[in-house]
Amino acid sequence: MPPIDFADLPEAEAQCAELAALIRPQLAPDTALIGIHSGGVWVARRLRELLGLAEEIGMIDVSFYRDDFGEKGLHPQVKPTSIPFEIENRDLILVDDVLYTGRTTRAAINELFDYGRPSRIRLAVLADRGGRELPVCAQFCAWRIDLGDGQELVLESGAGGRLRWRLAEHA
Amino acid sequence: MPDRARNPQLNANGELTHLLSIDGLPPDVITHILNTASSFLEVSDREVKKVPLLRGKSVFNVFFENSTRTRTTFEIAAKRLSADVINLDVARSSTAKGETLLDTVDNLVAMHADMFVVRHAASGAPYLIAEHLRRVGRDDVHVVNAGDGRHAHPTQGLLDMYTIRHYKKDFTHLKVAVVGDILHSRVARSDIHALTTLGTGEVRVVGPKTLLPALVEKMGVSVHHDLREGIEGCDVIIMLRLQNERMNGALLPSASEYFRSYGLTPETLSAAKPDAIVMHPGPMNRGVEIDSEVADGPQAVILPQVTFGIAVRMAVMSILAGN
Repeated sequence: MPPIDFADLPEAEAQCAELAALIRPQLAPDTALIGIHSGGVWVARRLRELLGLAEEIGMIDVSFYRDDFGEKGLHPQVKPTSIPFEIENRDLILVDDVLYTGRTTRAAINELFDYGRPSRIRLAVLADRGGRELPVCAQFCAWRIDLGDGQELVLESGAGGRLRWRLAEHA
Repeated sequence: MPDRARNPQLNANGELTHLLSIDGLPPDVITHILNTASSFLEVSDREVKKVPLLRGKSVFNVFFENSTRTRTTFEIAAKRLSADVINLDVARSSTAKGETLLDTVDNLVAMHADMFVVRHAASGAPYLIAEHLRRVGRDDVHVVNAGDGRHAHPTQGLLDMYTIRHYKKDFTHLKVAVVGDILHSRVARSDIHALTTLGTGEVRVVGPKTLLPALVEKMGVSVHHDLREGIEGCDVIIMLRLQNERMNGALLPSASEYFRSYGLTPETLSAAKPDAIVMHPGPMNRGVEIDSEVADGPQAVILPQVTFGIAVRMAVMSILAGN
């Protein structure tokens, strides 16, 4: 791992506020948030606070729906999916930290349909790093950045749950 | 320490590729299975009780010995993972026509089986199959032992551990008693290996001398012949099924006599901790090893065991299929 330079990366907490500002005018009376483990759940929690939503957020882990199971096997730390409300006919915003290939989003949409038929699903991400392999786009996005294949943008929850970015380089 | 390189259940990377026995499984592998199972538990509560993990895979239930219940739980687990399930009642077909175990296996591999769930009256049969698959270069085909002779019933052991962890959280302070026919019980063996591997505070076996294996204390358990004394102060009581055929032999005088000495009644249960849980792998013999009042009482967790069993089998199958 190369040395981590937090100074050059934008403030993730400030981006959450930007993302909330983008979502606020587009909220429907029945909009609910679903965070994708782990980073998406942290962002969804922030958005719920910032948007003052009464409904608890839903949390999903897409490990059982991934398309690379055949190559990579089961993710070692699967977390339970927990959606504390009916999603039938519900307006949903799927929340993730980073949008990259679009495969996680595809898996998440698949999983949601096993719970019911939402009236609409939109996607909110903190960062869109390009590199899409599926026709997926985010309706709400706080930061667009072009990264190379060997680079990985990681959202971390630091002291006191403060969110911050880390950029990792892979050989 | 188990030698990962030579353990027939683990592949070259030390990952679980067959589940044959809990004996020799590293504690982190057991914990990983239990953690994964807790995620699968929620799948059974969904509108669509299915995840697509094993879509397109074929799971063959190969039961050389009948067991409707175990076969059904494996079938449900595989179907909730979207696998295609083929049930073979080999006891009544191929073997009866004289085909050998390994010929049966080769035929099923030729039908593109991805996983075998095997029940056999002979201890070691699933090992033989796993070893054979390795020899013929089919490491991509996985074997789950669904009970072999008196040897092991690892998914039952794992679901029992899941149940204990669900109600009692930590194993290190627990006193656990396994009661009944330890001698003929593969469940008892799998439970004892799992409990000791997970560092359980105290494991006791309770039963008449004729139903306890010689040198059972070498498995790291204490031995008791009196039920009340054996479960005194326990957090968990695992009752074993008394198989009917044992009562006809010289091992036991009669079912009613067994019940008088080893049947769990509300009165004897009071010797355990007030919040002790009572487990049973099923099918129960009411009035033989367990009184109905206990079986239906607030301390029994026998039906939750069945629910957890599906999630644990889903976890095992998906971990194997991914390795």
